[in-house]
Amino acid sequence: MIFRVIIFALICLPISAYSSSVKVHERILNNGLKVLVKEDNRSPVVVSQIWYKVGSSYEPGGITGISHMLEHMMFKGTEKYPAGEFSRIISENGGRENAFTGRDYTAYFQTMEASRIEVSFKLEADRMRNLQLDPVELKKELEVVTEERRMRTDDKPRSKTQEFFMAMAFSNSPYKNPVIGWPSDIANYQVEDLQAWYERWYAPNNATLVVVGDVKPEAVFALAEKYYTDFKPSKIRTVKPQAEIEQQGMRKTNIKLPAKLPYLLMGYKVPVLNTIENEFEAYALEVLAGILDGGNSARLASRLVRGKQIAVSAGAGYSMMSRLPELFMLDATPAEGQTVFDLEFALKEEIYTLKSELISEQELQRVKAQVLANSVYEKDSNFYQAMQLGMLETVGIGWQKVDEYVDKINQITAEQVRDVARKYLLEDKLNIAYLDPQPITEPRKRSKIAGGRHAN
Amino acid sequence: MRISFLSFILLVFSHAVFSAAKIEHWQTKQGSAVFYVETKGLPMADIRVVFDAGSARDGYQFGISALTSALLDTGAGDLNADEIAQHFENVGAKFGTGISRDMAWLSLRSLTDEKLLNKALLTMQTIISKPKFNKADFQREKNRTLAGLKHREESPGALANMAFFNALYKDHPYAHPSSGIIETVSGFTADNLKEFYSQYYVATNAMIVIVGDIRKPHAMNIAESLVANLALGEKPNAVPEVNFSKEGFNKHIAFPSAQTHVLAGVIGKHRKDSDYFDLYVGNHILGGSGLVSQLFSEVREKRGLAYSAYSYFSPMLRKGPFTMGLQTRNDQTEEAITVMKNTLKDFVNKGPTDKALLAAKKNITGGFAMRFDTNSKLTSYVSMIGFYQLPINYLDKFQERVEAVTVVSIKDAFKRRVVPEFIHTITVGGNANR
Repeated sequence: MIFRVIIFALICLPISAYSSSVKVHERILNNGLKVLVKEDNRSPVVVSQIWYKVGSSYEPGGITGISHMLEHMMFKGTEKYPAGEFSRIISENGGRENAFTGRDYTAYFQTMEASRIEVSFKLEADRMRNLQLDPVELKKELEVVTEERRMRTDDKPRSKTQEFFMAMAFSNSPYKNPVIGWPSDIANYQVEDLQAWYERWYAPNNATLVVVGDVKPEAVFALAEKYYTDFKPSKIRTVKPQAEIEQQGMRKTNIKLPAKLPYLLMGYKVPVLNTIENEFEAYALEVLAGILDGGNSARLASRLVRGKQIAVSAGAGYSMMSRLPELFMLDATPAEGQTVFDLEFALKEEIYTLKSELISEQELQRVKAQVLANSVYEKDSNFYQAMQLGMLETVGIGWQKVDEYVDKINQITAEQVRDVARKYLLEDKLNIAYLDPQPITEPRKRSKIAGGRHAN
Repeated sequence: MRISFLSFILLVFSHAVFSAAKIEHWQTKQGSAVFYVETKGLPMADIRVVFDAGSARDGYQFGISALTSALLDTGAGDLNADEIAQHFENVGAKFGTGISRDMAWLSLRSLTDEKLLNKALLTMQTIISKPKFNKADFQREKNRTLAGLKHREESPGALANMAFFNALYKDHPYAHPSSGIIETVSGFTADNLKEFYSQYYVATNAMIVIVGDIRKPHAMNIAESLVANLALGEKPNAVPEVNFSKEGFNKHIAFPSAQTHVLAGVIGKHRKDSDYFDLYVGNHILGGSGLVSQLFSEVREKRGLAYSAYSYFSPMLRKGPFTMGLQTRNDQTEEAITVMKNTLKDFVNKGPTDKALLAAKKNITGGFAMRFDTNSKLTSYVSMIGFYQLPINYLDKFQERVEAVTVVSIKDAFKRRVVPEFIHTITVGGNANR
């Protein structure tokens, strides 16, 4: 009972205290560039991120991974700032910078001492429109990206299993393709492909500039005007919907790779906030993921890793913030003496239980308490706060949703969790991959993988 | 004179700006060191209890520090693993344990609302002082660890790292992997863990770090209560000094991967090293500054040989390694290693240019605020300062000491400390075309 009181205190207390306190300021420039500013004065620092609405899910066949390749090339210079200058200037100003590409976005960021923010704006604005794509630089950078692919995917049995898994689970959704691209696509990008991709998507009206830190919103808007306002908007052709056809029955694949441990991946096709019938259902699926894998007291750790000791690790996850329909994912590694098939059965049993029995009030409150606490912890990081705003805006949900999250999760009931389990976690929409470990033997003389380039 | 006067003003100024990082230090009644920083703006706190009980304390039981740490929250006092996890998670707290070669720690992140924080602290206190090491929990966690050790063998990077430490440290307690090896871990019993715990998880060997929106009197109470039920115990003997190998070493491990992972280096520096800042700033230029370092430029930007190419010192209680690393397609391994080693030789022989040094200093001092701009980062810094007994004004003096580094001092330090002929090189990968 003591417990209950504490939880009650938690739920009432902080929502009003923390949630709506920090305002996000929005300004849309005449050319369509959206600027979001969130003030955080805890430290004299600032993060500036620019998000472009383009990523691997925008890519047609033959040039998969080109968004990521272009992200690399964006560091290769403009007329004003030749290759290397961008990074050199940011560095000399004490800044840290990098970029990342996902299925639904490409983003660039600089973290600086707050008074240097103009340096970041000046450089980032320049490469929005003035990138110079050079065939010699491209040739070298293709090698770099191919090495990146080898490191991230080809030499990692689980990553490679995930790649095969996604390619099987989706029939025609672009989510079937890896963000880094298929090897033979990477090997064959031409400068013209990159030029076209750059011209098509890198425009003020296809971007969101997010700034979080020790800054004044008006000053940031003025800087944005100063550096971006001359850019004409582009006519952005909307990307084709490529809506996934309905899956008709379970799909399975067995992946044989040199590895030491077996591994299981399962994914149910589910909608996301962007596409779901009733908004609350997406939040209910989030809670459901928290019931299974919201820490060490959640069901997978408690029942499968400890209780039955059938898994050495097990996880579940759902990203409601994707642009297109997603997979509700489960993954697990069997304990010694157990098989992936035992695990598959045990995980399905957990899903079955969620459909047939209501989750306990205590479990539901635990998830809500964690969501609430996390909403405070997240504010420790400017970068994370900027990520949230940038991502929501870029996938088309709208940054305003960030403030609703805790509230919406709080409204979810045990019945709703059961109902979304019944409605969406369907056997016919399930995809399964097994990593079937093969001996790690002496390396054989292997032909180069398809993406390999010649040594000189 | 004018210059030093100016920098004086800047330092005073930065101190005022970062007054949030004012570290206070005291001892609990039982003699555990406490390091505390009050931060405002967010109703949360990060609390760590750190013991000198990392894998350097394993003796011949490689992995016992790690497994002991993993067992702590699987049963303590009257609580079983489920209850412990619920106690934290029901109040939205995050709890974890972990080890490195030098340290073992328990960490808590909680909201500072009194009821919530108290619940979490009470549970943490129980875990610290009354872990049960039940046979059933022990067996399960041991099996999970063994699975993890097996999984490690899938990774050429992990294999390279183990071989690298082995080659550099030989018989020293830093040589073996912190998580242990299958041969030793499979022989452990629950009693072995209890013994390790009783020896090292004691008040005299404990340090407490508190960073967050907590007033000092409250922090003092928290520190006292967290270690109140610990045995007093003794400080363990000092970890031995590291012997330095005066010849180079090469080893290749065959592995069926598309890339060869390369690690190359020597024994580097320790936390209180007199060459600390010369080596730090020098390495920043050589391979520590990400997209603008010399190694990155030579290996990746000019030649496209690898996705990542870097170097770093890992300062520890004793001398940690200086490591250069890259991964490249098997058939161009030799070329990449040559570029890496030539870049190093060049740097050691010529030192950095004035221009490069100036740029590095600008980067380090200009981005100084970003080193501890979150409670998370601040907590790590304070733990480091406390554990290694660095001066309490370490952060305040940091920029000054960076500014004091010169081309000559870097060159001198590297010539003595990073001798290219003594480099140990580990390669793990396919040997096709080699």
